[in-house]
Amino acid sequence: MTAGARPRTSPEIETLLLAKTDFQAFLDQLWQGGYRVIGPTIAQQAIVYDEVRRVEDFPRGWTDEQSGGQYRLKRRDDEAWFGFVVGPHSPKRYFFPPQVAVAQADRTATGWQFSEVPDQEPPYALLGVRACELAAIAVQDRTFINEQYVDPIYRRRRERALIVAVNCTQAASTCFCTSMNTGPRCTKGFDLALTELPDSFAVEVGSDRGADVLSTLTTTAASEVELQQAEVARQQAVDQITKRLDTKDIRDLLLGNLEHPRWDEVATRCLSCTNCTMVCPTCFCSSVKEVSDLTGDHVQREREWDTCFNWDFSYMNGGVVRNQIRSRYRQWLTHKLASWIDQFDVSGCVGCGRCITWCPVAIDLTEEVAAIRETPA
Amino acid sequence: MSVQASSAIAENPWLAQSVEIAAVTPELPGVATYHLRFRDAGLNARYRFRPGQFNMLYLPGVGESAISLSAANENSGTWDHTIRVAGNVTRTLAGLGVGGELALRGPYGTCWPLDECAGADVILVAGGIGLAPLRPAIHTCFAERKRFGRTTLLYGARSPDMLLYRRDYDAWTDRGLNLSATVDRSQPGWSGDVGVVPLLVDRLRPLTPANSVMFLCGPEVMMRYNVRSALERGLRRDQIWVSLERNMQCAVGLCGHCQLGPAFVCKDGPIFRYDKIERFLNVEGL
Repeated sequence: MTAGARPRTSPEIETLLLAKTDFQAFLDQLWQGGYRVIGPTIAQQAIVYDEVRRVEDFPRGWTDEQSGGQYRLKRRDDEAWFGFVVGPHSPKRYFFPPQVAVAQADRTATGWQFSEVPDQEPPYALLGVRACELAAIAVQDRTFINEQYVDPIYRRRRERALIVAVNCTQAASTCFCTSMNTGPRCTKGFDLALTELPDSFAVEVGSDRGADVLSTLTTTAASEVELQQAEVARQQAVDQITKRLDTKDIRDLLLGNLEHPRWDEVATRCLSCTNCTMVCPTCFCSSVKEVSDLTGDHVQREREWDTCFNWDFSYMNGGVVRNQIRSRYRQWLTHKLASWIDQFDVSGCVGCGRCITWCPVAIDLTEEVAAIRETPA
Repeated sequence: MSVQASSAIAENPWLAQSVEIAAVTPELPGVATYHLRFRDAGLNARYRFRPGQFNMLYLPGVGESAISLSAANENSGTWDHTIRVAGNVTRTLAGLGVGGELALRGPYGTCWPLDECAGADVILVAGGIGLAPLRPAIHTCFAERKRFGRTTLLYGARSPDMLLYRRDYDAWTDRGLNLSATVDRSQPGWSGDVGVVPLLVDRLRPLTPANSVMFLCGPEVMMRYNVRSALERGLRRDQIWVSLERNMQCAVGLCGHCQLGPAFVCKDGPIFRYDKIERFLNVEGL
């Protein structure tokens, strides 16, 4: 790991308590420290990531109900701040933005000048990051930082970010992080990790950077009772997870069944709408388009998220390689769960369940894998 | 496998370098060789590539296209790219004359494994414009003649007037290349073969399978049938390399477009040893 949260060099310290009444001071501190603070907030009837300045910005007292093709906000019967699971956004959109200029060209008297576009984003403090999202960040680190070629925008944003994780205390019917060994407990990759209690947060420190931030806040040592309460809350999430994905030999299973009839069957349901890839916290495909000003003398090369579900994604002069939805769904699933392992030595799936929730026809990748496992070639 | 031209390119894969068209050699209808020179003379002197690698050629406001290098032209001090007009970038490029400016980043991708083939008979099999990425390999075989056994080129084009680099064939033959060409459709004056390239593979004599390597570049269906013929002639799958084409946008394994199974064709390819890619290459629509 070259980026982001570095392991602490000092001995572990005890879990501390940060009172909810002191949380605004925490936010203020982060903004004053130069961070752009991103956290969960409600927009367009969903809990999304956006700037948070006040504790009132958090979806306090709201929860999300999720199932295949279904996402609904609902009032809670308490005022929990993080009493929900994951929404359509993920931290991906901050390190690997949906649209960003990667290079530019300017016409001058002596010809074109080609240059980088300096990334001006202030450092992010990402607040409310869940265990599956921490895992997704680690997956994307491998793509954008740890390979032969490095994405400079991703690396810069990633390395400067402060990550404040939140342990899940409940699960959706779409969650299967326990199958992917990515959660629900936050174990690494954070600067600070919070577990919500009724009036406070139990705070664990994951890095020196996190310790520095925490040292400026008013905290108290957590008592045995509070530690126990936090443990019970976290266990509740584990107990609520019902969805399973059997990952045994999954790479060979899928790559050994590239002509399985299930690909034809799922193609009759899949709309190739791209939703699954847009909400996926690890999908990294993109395209670059040319954006000229009116004079044509200044051209920006803008990278946008793209997806293997777009028909022309595999376009070549000889034709489109994946001309059928069958081919495109097969590409997505086999890449995510199988060939990703060849490429990056890790699964591309973290078990967050977003692709199940946001699929308009409720295709569930765990069911697709199970169907292939039932009748392998 | 790929060689970095400069540290700037290594740091930001999107940063392209300014090049100008020093000369244009018309080759075939819709095909020309563009002799490119870096505006930075130091960079032009430092630039290196290995046969089979490609560059991303960029026209501001139009886009980028992945183009294999077809020669390091020592006479003119240029880096040559043989390009067929096929899309917006190549069409706009064709409209630029000598002195025209574009940008280049690269080289990218894997190369023909000439370093591992010392002493072997080298059989090059090309279809159409697929000869262009093999031309630097031909040049290497000439430059390091003693390192290789027999060198053979089996080449097919649609018609005699579509044979690429035809002006060079006599010189290539004089330098020891065994060249056989075939066409799909004959024309007046053609006394050579008519038919598909695998017929040339079937007829290749002499052939010492155990001591041969085969490099293929052309349409996938053409390569598939040639591989079949080569296997029938006794070559093993690990003696055969193929150069693949896919939609390449970033060239550095970050954009995802060029994937074929686990491979990023841009950085794990474009040249693959056949036994390592066969299983995915032969799945339709993968």
